[in-house]
Amino acid sequence: MSLLKVEGLSKFYDGETKVLKDVNFEVQAGEFLSIIGPSGAGKSTLLRCINRLVEINEGKVMFNGLDVGAMKKKELRKLRTNIGMIFQHYNLVPRLTVIENILHGRFGYKSTIQGVLGRFTEQEKEQAFYLLEKLGISEHAYKRCDQLSGGQQQRVGICRALIQEPKLILCDEPIASLDPNSSKVIMDYLKSISTEMGITCIVNLHQVEVAKEYASRIIGLKQGEIVFDGPSKLLYGEQIENIYGIESRELITV
Amino acid sequence: MDAKQMRKNKWQTTIFLILIIMITYLSSFITKFNLIESIATIPAAFSWIFSNLLITQESLEKLPQILEKLGETIFMSIAATTLAAIVSLFLAIMGSKTTKVNQTFSVIARFIASFSRNIPVVAWSLILLISFGQNSVTGFLALFVATVGFLTRAFIESVDEANQSSVEALTATGATYFHMISKAVIPQSLPQMLSWILFMIETNIRSATLVGILTGTGIGYMFDLYYKNMNYNLVALITFTIIIAVIAIELVSNKIRRVIL
Repeated sequence: MSLLKVEGLSKFYDGETKVLKDVNFEVQAGEFLSIIGPSGAGKSTLLRCINRLVEINEGKVMFNGLDVGAMKKKELRKLRTNIGMIFQHYNLVPRLTVIENILHGRFGYKSTIQGVLGRFTEQEKEQAFYLLEKLGISEHAYKRCDQLSGGQQQRVGICRALIQEPKLILCDEPIASLDPNSSKVIMDYLKSISTEMGITCIVNLHQVEVAKEYASRIIGLKQGEIVFDGPSKLLYGEQIENIYGIESRELITV
Repeated sequence: MDAKQMRKNKWQTTIFLILIIMITYLSSFITKFNLIESIATIPAAFSWIFSNLLITQESLEKLPQILEKLGETIFMSIAATTLAAIVSLFLAIMGSKTTKVNQTFSVIARFIASFSRNIPVVAWSLILLISFGQNSVTGFLALFVATVGFLTRAFIESVDEANQSSVEALTATGATYFHMISKAVIPQSLPQMLSWILFMIETNIRSATLVGILTGTGIGYMFDLYYKNMNYNLVALITFTIIIAVIAIELVSNKIRRVIL
């Protein structure tokens, strides 16, 4: 059984502008999938439909055999603990410390009172420090997040997603605000997460080259429609042209 | 902006200035306020101030009593402000666009805020004076109500300005509403909120004097008492201590502000 199944998914804002049109795909556990496409193609919306940060209008999203669209509040919380998310702008709480931000990833498992009072078990704290160590930022544990560089903040974001012990990690343009060096570090970490820990990764990217290098499978999205779905080695110039339109292709190859 | 637009803007400014001058003139004409005449009275007023409002040795003997009342006033303002801040925090979270639970609560919270804000603190003390009588509870409540109105408005803005991205991230981890409020929204808006609270404490110490005159409590009552007894030396001393207290509080809160921001 596939981990994630998207069937006939459509999404429109204000009842008119269609962002996603009849999107169908399946993701097996352990895959490293990249979704590429120009800005405004609906990549972010597609990711957010999977953990229902935006409501689904038409079609179905099945996660682990459960219908995401039909979930009630409690089930939805449980679903979200299973799906980590990494954002372009890291989305950390800037005034809190690194370790606090990482422990935020445990809120899905906490009651309201436990969370508000910040009651975390020793085990959870140890796990947080273990992840910090693993991502090479343990010396920053007690620093405030706004004192860290972009690459370091994104690593905190990854820790926060990992401490959830998710089955799936959604990455929304994880390297779009980073320099080439930090981008490589982040992509390497994401890759190792999927190979070493067996966590499925869906990564939104707009750099085709990066997608081809890291992902085993690529989905091309254009104006809300899937125009390519296949192994990354089968993605050639022609399809890239189709996804991005001819004019922008020159920009990419230059 | 092109040249035509600029010329138009220039004209608008000129017309606007002329309009203000006309309105000023009209208003003083209607109220029979004469600027020249009032300026002419200034020297006399100042000579009265300097000859009567003097702190004498005799008045200094009353200092301990004055300081006691002043302390009472300061602590009342602090208590009223901090209590109001707690209430305002709840109202602001209910009222803010980004954290509201539903539309009804939001409207109610905003209504309470604007209702208590738009009635001045003087009016509140007079209204409450009738219902609660002349005691310190009245003064406390007047300050409290006016502060709730102001702080709720300020807090709503701080909450609205808090970055929504971390709220989104916490939602994605499966956090509950209260997790997001306590761990993402409040940490971000707290420095601004504290700054507003400090500002309100300063303001309330000033208002407390006025409220005290009306409700017969604290330093305001003493001021009123000696003023009506025409003991201007003591009035001067009281005014002086209030000024010192307000400046001291301002210095302290500026220091706190620098640390938290």
